[in-house]
Amino acid sequence: MGLQTPLYEQHEKAGAKIVDFGGWDMPLHYGSQLEEHLVVRQEAGAFDVSHMTVVDVAGQQARVFLQRLLANDVARLKDEGKALYSAMLNHDGGVVDDLITYYLGPDRYRVVVNASTREKDLAWIGEQSAGFDVAIAERSELAMIAVQGPKARERAATVIDEAWRKKALALKSFHGLEADELFIARTGYTGEDGWEVVMPADQAACYWDAFVDAGIRPCGLGARDTLRLEAGMNLYGNDMSETVSPLEAGLGWTIAWEPSDRDFVGRDPLEAMRANKERQRFAGLLLEGKGILRDHMRVVVDGVGIGEITSGGFSPTLRRSIAMARIPAGDYDRAQVEVRNKLLDVRVVKMPFVRNGQAQIDL
Amino acid sequence: MSELPGDLRYTDEHEWLRQEEDGSVTIGITDHAQMALGDLVYVELPEVGQEMEPGGEMAVVESVKAASDVYAPIGGEVTAINEELSDDPEKINADPYGDGWIVRMQPSGDSETMSPGEYQTFLDGLED
Repeated sequence: MGLQTPLYEQHEKAGAKIVDFGGWDMPLHYGSQLEEHLVVRQEAGAFDVSHMTVVDVAGQQARVFLQRLLANDVARLKDEGKALYSAMLNHDGGVVDDLITYYLGPDRYRVVVNASTREKDLAWIGEQSAGFDVAIAERSELAMIAVQGPKARERAATVIDEAWRKKALALKSFHGLEADELFIARTGYTGEDGWEVVMPADQAACYWDAFVDAGIRPCGLGARDTLRLEAGMNLYGNDMSETVSPLEAGLGWTIAWEPSDRDFVGRDPLEAMRANKERQRFAGLLLEGKGILRDHMRVVVDGVGIGEITSGGFSPTLRRSIAMARIPAGDYDRAQVEVRNKLLDVRVVKMPFVRNGQAQIDL
Repeated sequence: MSELPGDLRYTDEHEWLRQEEDGSVTIGITDHAQMALGDLVYVELPEVGQEMEPGGEMAVVESVKAASDVYAPIGGEVTAINEELSDDPEKINADPYGDGWIVRMQPSGDSETMSPGEYQTFLDGLED
């Protein structure tokens, strides 16, 4: 038996198929992954993301510490509650993890990192904080529920205390709000509108049941994965790792190169890679015909070279197979993928594939 | 879990076989198999007229999770394929013993299969 979130009983009661995810017993689906996927695109779904690791960083030097720790620049966070997506790099410019940082208030930040990387992240953050006047506290007493989909905020709002409801609904994209015991942020991992709600673990089951009663359907990690793939959002361990730079994982946009004297961890090797025009591209693939693209399949670009699918699968929205891949440098929009000993034609496309329920590429 | 249809034979690869009146055999995968695979999103079928060796690769079923080979439980010639599965592979999830059939064959030999009771015992053994 693995670790269990405070919502484990809720999952069992709802008939979830439970699988191991990074040491946690998590719901894969509650009957049909495809239905859960489409519910999030069309209405509202709830995901238990309590396995994720919430770390609060506070103190006089919290900002300068995070400016050193992260490839993106927390100085961009001017409004309280604002969120920033960033990679946390090692000294070689590889990705230790990807994370979201929320600016809670003067000298206070909240960082949410992946579950599967918890231990190494905490060790790395602790190590890098040496010499900085900061307090780093893991908040394992907190749970987190993501409500996602075009109807998610309006339905979830009925569950939020009236005193906070209006403010919560007024949150702009990528902003959060401390509402008594809750932290509500308009963020997510599906390509749909919605909230991620952090709460005390002992209230998680109560909120979960209330969200479900409000018409938000439980969704498992299976749908979460196909939703994020359609949304063109990276998965740590698949699309990036400690030996892959953010530049080769489609995360160039998250690197704050300016100011040029900000000395973040991994900056020097990254500058060298940035100058290398032969570095691999990270792009979306759309399978032209039938079949399914899968993780680690070989991508063949005629006359150019070989690449690899980092995440692949079936897109329930497009009813076609899609993938993310690391492919050779060059200007081309056709390639082939080796699928079960056959070469199938794919189109190289710009991600996302789907956003807010709508296809973003021509089929 | 639902009852196993009594008129079918079963294999330890979680396939079912139905003897048709004209001598052919209809083949599909069991409810246990479709549940374990999860939602199916693609099925690769053989060609009608293709000769199958027993144990040869007959079809591929791909779910949201993974691809799985379906092996021919008997040798013979493929006489029909369920073409509806190419547009609607979820039929296997919805109705594994009916609309979700995969291949019909004219068998050229015998096969080793289980009765519903034997297959149930086999399944019970897997869950321990």
